[in-house]
Amino acid sequence: MNRITKINTPIHFAGYAAVGGYEERRGPLGEKFDFCDDEDKFGQNTWEIAEAEMGRIALNIALSKTDLSHSDIDLLVAGDLQNQCVASSGGLNSFGIPFLGIYGACSTCTESLMTLASFIDSSEKMTYGAAVTTSHNSAAERQFRTPIEYGGQRTPTAQWTSTAAGAFILKRGEGDVMLTEYMPGRIVDGSTSDGANMGGAMAFAAFDSICAYFAESGENPLDVDLIVTGDLGRVGSNILYELLAKELPGAERRHTDCGLLLYDDSKQDSHSGASGCGTSASVLACRFLPMLKSGELRRVLFLSTGALMSPSSLLQGENIYGIAPLIRLESAKGR
Amino acid sequence: MNENEKKELIKRYSPGSTIFKNSTLAFLFGGLICTLGELLFMLYLELSGDEKTAATLVTVSLIFIAALLTGLGLFDKIARYAGAGTLVPVTGFSNAVVSEAMDSKSEGYILGVGAKIYTVAGPVILFGLASGVIYGLIYYICGLIMGMMG
Repeated sequence: MNRITKINTPIHFAGYAAVGGYEERRGPLGEKFDFCDDEDKFGQNTWEIAEAEMGRIALNIALSKTDLSHSDIDLLVAGDLQNQCVASSGGLNSFGIPFLGIYGACSTCTESLMTLASFIDSSEKMTYGAAVTTSHNSAAERQFRTPIEYGGQRTPTAQWTSTAAGAFILKRGEGDVMLTEYMPGRIVDGSTSDGANMGGAMAFAAFDSICAYFAESGENPLDVDLIVTGDLGRVGSNILYELLAKELPGAERRHTDCGLLLYDDSKQDSHSGASGCGTSASVLACRFLPMLKSGELRRVLFLSTGALMSPSSLLQGENIYGIAPLIRLESAKGR
Repeated sequence: MNENEKKELIKRYSPGSTIFKNSTLAFLFGGLICTLGELLFMLYLELSGDEKTAATLVTVSLIFIAALLTGLGLFDKIARYAGAGTLVPVTGFSNAVVSEAMDSKSEGYILGVGAKIYTVAGPVILFGLASGVIYGLIYYICGLIMGMMG
């Protein structure tokens, strides 16, 4: 099985933006977000429309960091956590950019960047592409769990769905941060149907992808600066650490997880960490891309991790499946 | 890695709930709510002079307070610590109904609020009624038997 695709024409990040809500601003990365709305509503009447608006704001900010207008963008790839991905279509329709809506649960960010890179790489006429990923705590709670004001206790393994969005503009050509390789993930059985322990379920998918990548590339795990997973949280990260330490020694020392970076559990009661596809998207945009741009990081493997399930599949006792697509990011300063 | 090995790993790294702390807090908050109910009962008894009326008014008052706190966005913050302490008394039922009504309001009053208001509280209503019927039947049959015997 050949899974890694090396991109032939250079592709770089021309612009990116992270938008969040109240908890995201209060978190350790709060200062680095481009915009946060303390009301979580972004001036809208419903949580669902608020998520759509958050994505629209994120793409506008990312565009404003380039000298581009929306009419310059050849393709938009976006996804979110709402049924039928309506946050993406609702929030991004006004841009009038050709659109591909995708669903990868919380793996959407990597999946969208990979899809976009593949399109740019394969068509010479395509110069600019945009990718947007959003998740909203309240819209997700309503859809997947209980009403927002419902008074229940979360288990220690539960994660907090982030109200966050990440938007990225990819451009053909050399730049500060390059997207050089991508590798789709496999669907891996998480062996649990506990919807309050998705990090644990996704850890095996992340492990599968990381092992497959190094087996195929032949690279030493210590030669990359970081292996970033999306939202494994504390439980999933601990499982991944044990598995990597045993099977791929060295890789565990390079691992970090966006779900552990977004909130401070001691102050924010986030339990096992952040989840939701906006987690990896916003942390990539506000933390890792700036570090790659400055040369502080040179080679990063980025895997958003998705828990593939629905409220019905969980109630019917089906296992959660995990998926972890991978992209390789390189800094122009350290190549 | 097979399914059992994965299950074992997940189990090993998944911390359990803090049962002692949760139970203690539930006991304290639940007790506090019941004490409030008792105080209200004494007040209503004083005012109405009728035990049945006073008991009904206590239930109505607790439901109202829980609904109000839910609407103000405070109930879930208290319940985060109180757990079963706020869930088990009638306050939990009130919260389950009101929170769902608040959420589904954006989808309209008929197909939103009307259709979804008992999504969370539904099981309590269904099985509460069903057990009431069974209890009633047993009570009735026992009464018949006792009557025949004597």
